[in-house]
Amino acid sequence: MNSVFVYIEIEDGQVAEVSMELLTKGRALATELKCKLEAIAIGYKLDGIEKDIFPYGVDVLHIADDKRLAPYTTLPHTSIVVKLFQEEKPQIALMGASSVGRDLGPRVSSALHSGLTADCTSLVIGDHEDKKQNKEYTDLLYQIRPAFGGNIIATIINPDCRPQMATVREGVMKKEILDPKYKGTTNKLDVSKYTSDVDFVVEMIERHMEKSKVNIKGAGIIVAGGYGVGSKENFNLLFELAEVLGGEVGASRAAVDSGYVEHGRQIGQTGTTVRPKLYIACGISGQIQHRAGMEESAQIIAINTDPEAPINSIADYVITGDVAEILPKMIKFYKANTK
Amino acid sequence: MKGYKIIVLAKQVPDTRNVGKDAMKADGTVNRAALPAIFNPEDLNALEQALRIKDQFPGTTITVLTMGPGRAAEIIREGLFRGADDGILLTDRAFAGSDTLATSYAIGQTLKKYGDFDIIIAGRQAIDGDTAQVGPQVAEKLGIPQITYAEEIQAIEKGKVTVKRRLERGVEVVKCPMPLVVTVNSSAPDCRARNAKLIMKYKHAKTISEMQEANEDYLHLYNDRPYLTIKEWTVQNIEVDMNELGLTGSPTKVKKVENVVLQSKGAKVITSSDEDMDQLMRELIENHTIG
Repeated sequence: MNSVFVYIEIEDGQVAEVSMELLTKGRALATELKCKLEAIAIGYKLDGIEKDIFPYGVDVLHIADDKRLAPYTTLPHTSIVVKLFQEEKPQIALMGASSVGRDLGPRVSSALHSGLTADCTSLVIGDHEDKKQNKEYTDLLYQIRPAFGGNIIATIINPDCRPQMATVREGVMKKEILDPKYKGTTNKLDVSKYTSDVDFVVEMIERHMEKSKVNIKGAGIIVAGGYGVGSKENFNLLFELAEVLGGEVGASRAAVDSGYVEHGRQIGQTGTTVRPKLYIACGISGQIQHRAGMEESAQIIAINTDPEAPINSIADYVITGDVAEILPKMIKFYKANTK
Repeated sequence: MKGYKIIVLAKQVPDTRNVGKDAMKADGTVNRAALPAIFNPEDLNALEQALRIKDQFPGTTITVLTMGPGRAAEIIREGLFRGADDGILLTDRAFAGSDTLATSYAIGQTLKKYGDFDIIIAGRQAIDGDTAQVGPQVAEKLGIPQITYAEEIQAIEKGKVTVKRRLERGVEVVKCPMPLVVTVNSSAPDCRARNAKLIMKYKHAKTISEMQEANEDYLHLYNDRPYLTIKEWTVQNIEVDMNELGLTGSPTKVKKVENVVLQSKGAKVITSSDEDMDQLMRELIENHTIG
């Protein structure tokens, strides 16, 4: 049975969060399909990286280690992944829906003529019957994602082409070590056989990467604002409440697009997925892309002027009214009750 | 100075950002008629980057290429009004149902036929799918490099393009030889407005199909002013393997589409009165959610 493959993204010599999450998901899929989980790590000075990867249940780790492979550039990483996939013929290949995975994934899928589904929110194994051609397929990867402005949820399959490729955002899947002592094997690739000089035409002139300053993923309490907050100034109320409660401020895509807060705070299908114990949604209507990123919150308070807002249907508390009036009251009565 | 040949890839998309309550039909399918069709926002950012190159290097030409139904000619006119030089509408029933890969194949074959380009610029992604796949896939089909997540094309010299990329966690500046594909983020500058003179010049620009429906009084215009004819290409104009197009050429298939139905989980509805707010905060403190 052909393997499940995960492309390992390396940031500053470390395995990226999203890759660990995908290894966890990949392991579950491989176990269900009774096949191996393999991974490919491409970068420079990767000695010892296997000890961070095998515990997720990886059976074979392929490593391409060369000075010219870090930082990431499109062409050499594409050439290595494409050649390796041509040799190994994985049935499933997963990548992070990061700026690396969304650059690499489509290029690889085009070279291999395999289908790629972007920003999946769920991956499950299932069967398919093509009635027109009278064909039956077993154990396909269902790639599930919201589409069309979040008005529909689509299940995408790749019946005939391999690998079945999908990208997933950081935070969507849960990261879990399978066995700290799990033993896999390592396969060091001869980089010169997988790349050619023309792959290195892009020169890196400057590069400034920073660790994400905002830690909304790990926050226990999130005060999130949407377009309905109305202005950058009104967002200050959210920051005040978050500070008082010991939480972080998040935002919907509409609020980020309107310039109310920075992109690092965006929650939803195209932002971060969060699971806090309390989520206070302020002026957020609750399109499915946003809900996909927060609906597993333990408790949800929805504050909205529209009593029919979709967010209300998943809320534990619905407050119909103006954010600018309600948030100061929450701050006031929180302080009054915790004295 | 001879300038550069630039192709801008653009898509007409339903405005999914402003979905009203009538966006879905009773049977659960999307009511496209209720959604206005717009120039994909990041493709406008891409057009602006092209126009800035044209400002800097006289002799540069910009061709807007779009694939879609007949009415997608609207966005080619929109491009002409803002400073593009001509456009190609790639339209054929054979393209219906194309996924990103079949779309990229069709666009790639069109560009191979058209031939003459130094830089292909596109929006990073379209708002109806948010996949960000077509740019890189077209680059792969043409066998040329790609620079995604571009915020600014900073310089072109000695056959190389310097591009600033805005990534999730930082910034990169890279230099890449032409020809190449650049995909542009929404963090790049907005596109300039329409130019009144260009609107006057191009308001009658039409595809062949549109001319056939046009008022006969204007038909002489198309003989006198060749720039008013928007190229309309079908599969007949490009070399294609029909098996690579449309639904047949798409490795991904839609197995199922579910309408999003919300069922209330029975929320407590409270008012913004002092009493209710006080009660809410007490409740959250007592059950250890906060405090």
